[in-house]
Amino acid sequence: MDIETVKPTEAQQKARRSRNVAIALALGAFVVLVYVTSLVKLGSALFIRPM
Amino acid sequence: MTLLDKTAIDDARLSEATAGDYMELLKPRVMSLVIFTAFVGMVAAPVALNPMIALISIISIAIGAGASGALNMWYDADVDAVMSRTATRPVPSGRILPDQALAFGLVLSVLSVMTLGVFVNWLAGGLLAFTIFFYAVIYTMWLKRWTPQNIVIGGAAGSFPPMIGWAAATGSISLESVILFLIIFLWTPPHFWALALFKTGDYARAGIPMMPNVAGEASTRRQIFGYSLALAAVGVLPWALGYASAVYGVAAAALGLGFIWYAWQVLRMPADDRVMRPAKALFGYSLLYLFAIFAVYLVDAVVERAFLLGAMA
Repeated sequence: MDIETVKPTEAQQKARRSRNVAIALALGAFVVLVYVTSLVKLGSALFIRPM
Repeated sequence: MTLLDKTAIDDARLSEATAGDYMELLKPRVMSLVIFTAFVGMVAAPVALNPMIALISIISIAIGAGASGALNMWYDADVDAVMSRTATRPVPSGRILPDQALAFGLVLSVLSVMTLGVFVNWLAGGLLAFTIFFYAVIYTMWLKRWTPQNIVIGGAAGSFPPMIGWAAATGSISLESVILFLIIFLWTPPHFWALALFKTGDYARAGIPMMPNVAGEASTRRQIFGYSLALAAVGVLPWALGYASAVYGVAAAALGLGFIWYAWQVLRMPADDRVMRPAKALFGYSLLYLFAIFAVYLVDAVVERAFLLGAMA
């Protein structure tokens, strides 16, 4: 079976890479922000868990 | 057999939008003013905020404001396309599809409100949600194309950030934060009408009922002057009510008088003046005014707190 696929042009590939990098950075920053904010809000209580 | 026929491939055109195009959807220049005024509201509040919580508040408010900008650009792509100032925006120029701008705006709206609500407090989160709703729905979809009072009422959306910053720090609303709201609210009409005076043709082509096209230039110039008087008066209120020092009062009075002077130049601009230098000067000064009065307010609040700490030590 002959499958025809869409070949992205160079401009499209470049744009996609730029979007991917931005999404990765934004996601990474958000994860760090949530982590640090959790520490700030909960403090040492974060590590107090019932066994 | 092929999985996609040729027309489907053409329709499913791969995007050439870069990350920068998406940044542009967030209206970074408006965002910078939002960040600054929200920051002033937060610092002026009598409650010291943990720096990390302050940072997440500012980021949430900025992203929320950006999201409302993206929703605005999604809905307004048709009118943006015919105005020289906005024709190169990502949606009217075809770099980003309308659906993509809509999805981007909606996702960031929900994310920013949830983040502010969960990590800071729900009054701030609720105010941010209301601001986004007010700008995207009340202003963009309803007022903008319907009434020349569009930017007067819609200006409320741009006035909320210092109140949100204050609410993030204190969990409440106070007269002091309402005055910060009022300063931006009264500043918006002269700022935008000064722009509308020398961009009348643009707005007329787009069918947007801005004040100069509807009520005429003479009436617009009188209204600019009226709002400028009100703005100058409200600008000194923080000092009159004892929220800020006399130094702030003097600076605010001087800035307000400057505003009135520029508005006066616009008022007595000859009717046949097509270059409209006074209107352009007022537009430029209005940006300086808003930045300066909030900067003075910020410094005043910080210095006062430093003195209080010094007195206690």
